[in-house]
Amino acid sequence: MAGKPRLHYMNARLRMEPVRWLLAAAGVEFEEQILESREDMEKLINDGSLMFQQVPMVEIDGMKLAQTRAILNYIAAKYNLYGKDIKERALIDMYSEGIADLNEMILRLPIFPPDEQDAKITQIRERTTNRYFPAFEKVLKSHGQHYLVGNRLSKADIHLVEVIYYVEEIDPSLLTNFPLLKALKTRISNLPPVKKFLQPGSQRKPPIDAKTLEEARKIFKI
Amino acid sequence: MEDKKPKLHYPNGRGRMETIRWVLAAAGVEFEEEFLETKEQLQKLQDGNHLLFQQVPMVEIDGMKLVQTRSILHYIADKHNLFGRDLQERTLIDMYVEGTLDLLELIIMHPFLRPDDQQKEVVSMAQKAIFRYFPVFEKVLRDHGQRFLVGNQLSLADVVLLQTILALEEKIPNILASFPHLQEYSVKVSNVPTIRKFLEPGSKKKPPPDEIYVRTVYNIFMPS
Repeated sequence: MAGKPRLHYMNARLRMEPVRWLLAAAGVEFEEQILESREDMEKLINDGSLMFQQVPMVEIDGMKLAQTRAILNYIAAKYNLYGKDIKERALIDMYSEGIADLNEMILRLPIFPPDEQDAKITQIRERTTNRYFPAFEKVLKSHGQHYLVGNRLSKADIHLVEVIYYVEEIDPSLLTNFPLLKALKTRISNLPPVKKFLQPGSQRKPPIDAKTLEEARKIFKI
Repeated sequence: MEDKKPKLHYPNGRGRMETIRWVLAAAGVEFEEEFLETKEQLQKLQDGNHLLFQQVPMVEIDGMKLVQTRSILHYIADKHNLFGRDLQERTLIDMYVEGTLDLLELIIMHPFLRPDDQQKEVVSMAQKAIFRYFPVFEKVLRDHGQRFLVGNQLSLADVVLLQTILALEEKIPNILASFPHLQEYSVKVSNVPTIRKFLEPGSKKKPPPDEIYVRTVYNIFMPS
């Protein structure tokens, strides 16, 4: 089963994008089976390909992996992006989980009706500025190293830089008081496979628009 | 530092800490608890920089202040041989745990729903359990005929699944009616000596959430 990993999802960021980023950063080429309709989704379900009848699903190394975190952890372990021991893994996990919480807030933003958007954006700004960015700035300051954990690249760095890009899409000024995060973003963005992923024409997905959101509602029945 | 007992910081109730209590108990690890009762106590932990993201659960363990439920669970599982023998087993366990935690999340959030929504949510939980999650595990057990979900040994997946089954049975007593393998499994895993001890009265297992617990959580975590 030496083929490329195959990602099953719709043509949107949502819950698959961290997987795309991580594979890309690891320099791993991947294929995508794009879900375009509810029928596509039901076919996958009826095939028995989806452990809990959900996507993301990634075919990799003979397995059909379900559950975003399990997928990310497998990729990280396989490509040496998960630290060198149990304590480094704990730190990477902790940082990844915090980032995932912030990413979840940003991911859900388009789902809220127009009259709730301002309040939700305010909450994202507040959490970014007072909770998440300070935590990671402090981590980088505490050891002065180029990466969050163990002086080498891990999934935590990739996830953090991804979410920094999303925060900047909402408001670039949010990164202002976090020089070490800025430096991390630059450093990671300049890694050749990440640089390639950031260029137009890559498999990176754009922010969700109204049409894609409608498509998502149909495909995922929400 | 490695000899100190882990210390858990959380209100005196299940919530997001209960799975951690289960796994520590299953691993045979004694632990201490510092119960949060007031907003001021939470503030003190936050101001003292003990909480990476200002949140609990937090577990002091092996010189670290670990936050985020999953990282705590993974660390304990890794340390105590509850995460499989290799990457393949680990990944299976991870998938099973993630699915089960999605179901458990409904149970965790349930007491905080509006009373009108609570009954509806029990139905929804039951449907998800019966149509999405239980069939997966029933099939796994039926196909390999082993005592535990992965690799013929107790893992994090078994502990989280048993916790979830028992919590669901509290609300829906016959939830396992159509799942004979899960019924047998539930009994077998409950009889693992460390787990059996945890299931006996007087252990650190917490009772189902009641009004006092819900009020305490609101007092601590809601903005004033």
